[in-house]
Amino acid sequence: MLKKTAAALALGFSLAAALSSTALAEGTVKIGLIMPYSGPFADAGAQMQAGIDLYVKEHGDEVAGKKIVLIKKDTGGPNPDVAKRLAQELVVRDHVDVLAGFALTPEALGAAPVATEAKKLMVDMNAATSIITEKSPYIVRTSVTIPQINYAFGKWAADQGIKHAYTLVADYGPGHDAESSFAKGFKEKGGEIVGADHSPVANPDFSAYVQRIKDAKPEAVYIFIPGGSQPAAIGKALADKGLTPPNTKLLGQGELTMPDAMESLGKNADGIITAFHYTLERKDPLNQKFVAGYKNLTKGREPDLFSIGGYDGMHLIYAALKKTKGDASGDALIKVAKGMSWESPRGPITIDPETRDIVQNVYIRKVEKVDGKLQNVIIDTIKDVKDPLHGAK
Amino acid sequence: MTVEMTTSGPAATWLKRRSRISAIEIVFWLATLLPFFLFPSYLSLASQIAIGALFALSVDLILGYAGIITLGHAMFFGIGAYTAAILAKHGWGEPLTGLVAAAVVAGAVGFVTSFIIVRVQHLALIMITLGLGLLTYELANSFSTVTGGTDGLGVTIWPIFGRFDFDLWGYTAYSYALVILFIGVLVARRIVNSSFGLALTGIRENSQRMPAIGSVYRTHLQKIYVVAASMAGIAGALLTQTTGTVSLDTLSFQRSADVVVMLILGGTGRLYGGIIGAIIFLVARDRLSDMNPQYWYFWIGLLLMAIVLVMPGGILGGLSRLFGRFVR
Repeated sequence: MLKKTAAALALGFSLAAALSSTALAEGTVKIGLIMPYSGPFADAGAQMQAGIDLYVKEHGDEVAGKKIVLIKKDTGGPNPDVAKRLAQELVVRDHVDVLAGFALTPEALGAAPVATEAKKLMVDMNAATSIITEKSPYIVRTSVTIPQINYAFGKWAADQGIKHAYTLVADYGPGHDAESSFAKGFKEKGGEIVGADHSPVANPDFSAYVQRIKDAKPEAVYIFIPGGSQPAAIGKALADKGLTPPNTKLLGQGELTMPDAMESLGKNADGIITAFHYTLERKDPLNQKFVAGYKNLTKGREPDLFSIGGYDGMHLIYAALKKTKGDASGDALIKVAKGMSWESPRGPITIDPETRDIVQNVYIRKVEKVDGKLQNVIIDTIKDVKDPLHGAK
Repeated sequence: MTVEMTTSGPAATWLKRRSRISAIEIVFWLATLLPFFLFPSYLSLASQIAIGALFALSVDLILGYAGIITLGHAMFFGIGAYTAAILAKHGWGEPLTGLVAAAVVAGAVGFVTSFIIVRVQHLALIMITLGLGLLTYELANSFSTVTGGTDGLGVTIWPIFGRFDFDLWGYTAYSYALVILFIGVLVARRIVNSSFGLALTGIRENSQRMPAIGSVYRTHLQKIYVVAASMAGIAGALLTQTTGTVSLDTLSFQRSADVVVMLILGGTGRLYGGIIGAIIFLVARDRLSDMNPQYWYFWIGLLLMAIVLVMPGGILGGLSRLFGRFVR
């Protein structure tokens, strides 16, 4: 009984509050950003935020006659309960029109039911597990999925004539996804996986793992490990045991040779082949302008996968609002977002109208010396890659 | 069983007087209804505060009353959370039975581990609880087919009594969490104001002496440890049910540490200390992170230091000292 009266009263209050705030909100579009601004993943959050800020700086904060307002909420890390609460609060208290951000999969999974219930567009700017876009009909992804890169990479590797590969991945969700999708693509094209191993996520010493790789004598080693101090540790172990290109081919997902990882790898990076959706060094006017603008904004930091996800996520919101002439309802926005394609600094991208997931090029890069400095040089491009897991069931 | 229920005599009267409900308590519980009227858009935060408070209360039972220092209590919180989630994942999303299941599983694990807990003290106790917590975390991480690994699980929870759906505003979530917290406090109150509760305090104060006066202190400790584990499991299950999600974070060291911080903030061994601590800690976190999403931990640290320096017994300890001075 008490609860009912309470609910009725509260509903009255909130209705009044909602009415007054919509009156105020006339002419604004509010975007709630849910991501890790603090905690162990704060750096990813910072890079994503810089990508978002750069887009707003370049394109102004007004679209289709509406002012864009960003509201930042910190999840502190992979906490779906916090992400869900923040999404609820953004909807009921701040009356946001769009939910965006999501550096980590649990954050996106937590917020997805809120997007469905409140009928709000939700832009996943990074979280990379395939299933996310299936969790709500209002989700669009502007980042990448791990199977998207690695399935294509596996097929490419087999096509290059590599017959025997060994996989070593970090022992956590993304690592397992990378391992299975690389192996699937590789085997489909006639390759053989001669060994698969898992290492702890924060592993200080790889010598035992590398010895096992050496004993298996593979033609190529596929590696998936998180950034930080890991690339340097594995690079050193491989060099110590003499497993270096060109005798043994080293393959990995792009993180292995991201700028900061490359620095810590030093000369051990030479010859590593990686696959990624964004390449900092790609020679393209749009990309060069993006990199220059980014460095200017962040006082010298280079953009990475988080930055480009945030940047393109903002583009999607801006472009969708232009198409709906400022109608920020979730149904209107998701309708125009489906099938949208544009030129991003990473290359041409499209939102798949079926799955609302991103379709993009996967670049195969090799670390080479350019002007005396090691960098990722694109040696091949696999065009218009879709996530292979959607609809695979 | 050595706990003899005193039903008459001066000791019983004393216990009864101790357990009398005070006016402040009634005011406090009435105040918990205020969010419904004053801040309806903060109800989901309020529900998570209630859950945090229940978790802190469970830690208070062992840390504040029995003197078991723990840095791994999130283990039970997480086990409860995963029990409710896995049940719901496999087609049983009924909330109340989910809570019971979580309490049973967490209590069972608590019982098994209690044999180690009662054998060690002080620093070793911190190490053991910490180690058990980390082990559970890694176990959940490696059984990713069951637990969802780093991605966690998203589950569907049925409406309470088949009627009250978990809504976007959080009315159901807060009402549900508040009722469970209230029951939890009643149970904890009954425990600490019994002769068993007194025995626990005795163990905390001098564990060498308790056997000398005929108290089997290990059994007492095991009992309270199991009760606290169950309560933490219920808190975890509440979090799963009100949010429809669970992740490895429910088992993390951070959660174990945060709950101890809440307790110290509010005041240990005072029943309401954990609740006050949870309110202050979580509200401060919410407000500060809204103001400055990047660097809010700085202010939390400052707040903690200020409170611990000014009020060594926590907020409730400080208040009661202040109050005592006025009365005198």
